[in-house]
Amino acid sequence: MAQDLLSRLKGKFGDSITGANTENMDPWIEVAPEAIVEVSKYLSTEPDLKFDMLNCISGVDYLHTDEKKAKKVDWEPHTQVVYHLSSISNKHTLVLKVILPRWKDGKEGQLPEVPSVAGVWRTADWHEREVYDLNGIFFTGHPNLRRILCPEDWVGHPLRKDYEQPLEYHGIRGR
Amino acid sequence: MTVSNELNLPKPWIEGRFEENVITTTVEQAINWARQSSIWPMTFGLACCAIEMMAAGASRYDMDRFGAGAFRATPRQADLMIVAGTVTYKMASRVRRLYNLMPDPKFVIAMGACTVGGGPYFKWGYHVVKGVDLVVPVDVYVPGCPPRPEALLEGLMRIQDKIRGHKIHVQKGTNIKIPDELPLPHHSGYVDAPADQDPLLDHQKITG
Ligand code: SF4
Repeated sequence: MAQDLLSRLKGKFGDSITGANTENMDPWIEVAPEAIVEVSKYLSTEPDLKFDMLNCISGVDYLHTDEKKAKKVDWEPHTQVVYHLSSISNKHTLVLKVILPRWKDGKEGQLPEVPSVAGVWRTADWHEREVYDLNGIFFTGHPNLRRILCPEDWVGHPLRKDYEQPLEYHGIRGR
Repeated sequence: MTVSNELNLPKPWIEGRFEENVITTTVEQAINWARQSSIWPMTFGLACCAIEMMAAGASRYDMDRFGAGAFRATPRQADLMIVAGTVTYKMASRVRRLYNLMPDPKFVIAMGACTVGGGPYFKWGYHVVKGVDLVVPVDVYVPGCPPRPEALLEGLMRIQDKIRGHKIHVQKGTNIKIPDELPLPHHSGYVDAPADQDPLLDHQKITG
């Protein structure tokens, strides 16, 4: 099923499908950031696919702050946004991945951007806010992109691997 | 012959010298007795420790035996704040506000490792206050993760001890009241954030 779907998506979206793994137990398809909304719309509306439920959106930060460990791995530092989809009516699942740089244009402090899918699945609204809050990924076109867990005046994105814990917050000693 | 005479102990000044229907005591003792037997805690559970606090209040452990079973849903009616659970930075200002809303005399039990000093979140909990004593003055610490209900009852009894030791008189020959209040912790550095302005964005000193 994953193989068919992959060739179908490749036929429709061409170069926007940048990679895939159909061998896994959870097959995943990698999508270019610009195309994620189009692909999501297609997947959620096509009658024989009908991925009508977005289980979760995860942000993954690939970085080793330890130089020794960083040498041993075969990937460059980057972040991923992972979308887990299910179809309730057709009883199948799929994983989409978007690969982003850790910082936009390589400039530290500039959050990487990906278009929001909150218009396709309503539930993406809060999921994207959480990923923005904790992983520092900016979702363009999101209706209300504010922090959801940390206080509004929080600095930094705590689940990034290079996050530094605050020494104090509003005068409360941190360490 | 009474036992105290046998042991040659000094007789109390006035207690027990009248017939059975007359009870004598001091105002101080009477007030303290009333106070220690009706400590009303505030309904205040922040995390998993709250489950154990509920167990302590329910029938098996029955905190009401000590007069502390009437959990109040408002700080205005509460004497005791049992901080049961993880205090986050976001919650800290609310904890402080609720503490300020409680009428005097008020007492605080820090229940669980989290409120005693950060607990399991001490090292990597970026958002956890490392001990509620950084926010409000704490009278009794009850360690454990979570503490058993018995431990909480023990903490409650220590609060009662503290109330029993409360003095209402002044030092002889002076006007100075005998201090029995817990001083504010010296490192309680909470500052009010301005409510009507833009949020402060540079208040966290990031380590280099
Ligand atoms: S001390 Fe343990 S049980 Fe209590 S709130 Fe913290 S983690 Fe939960």
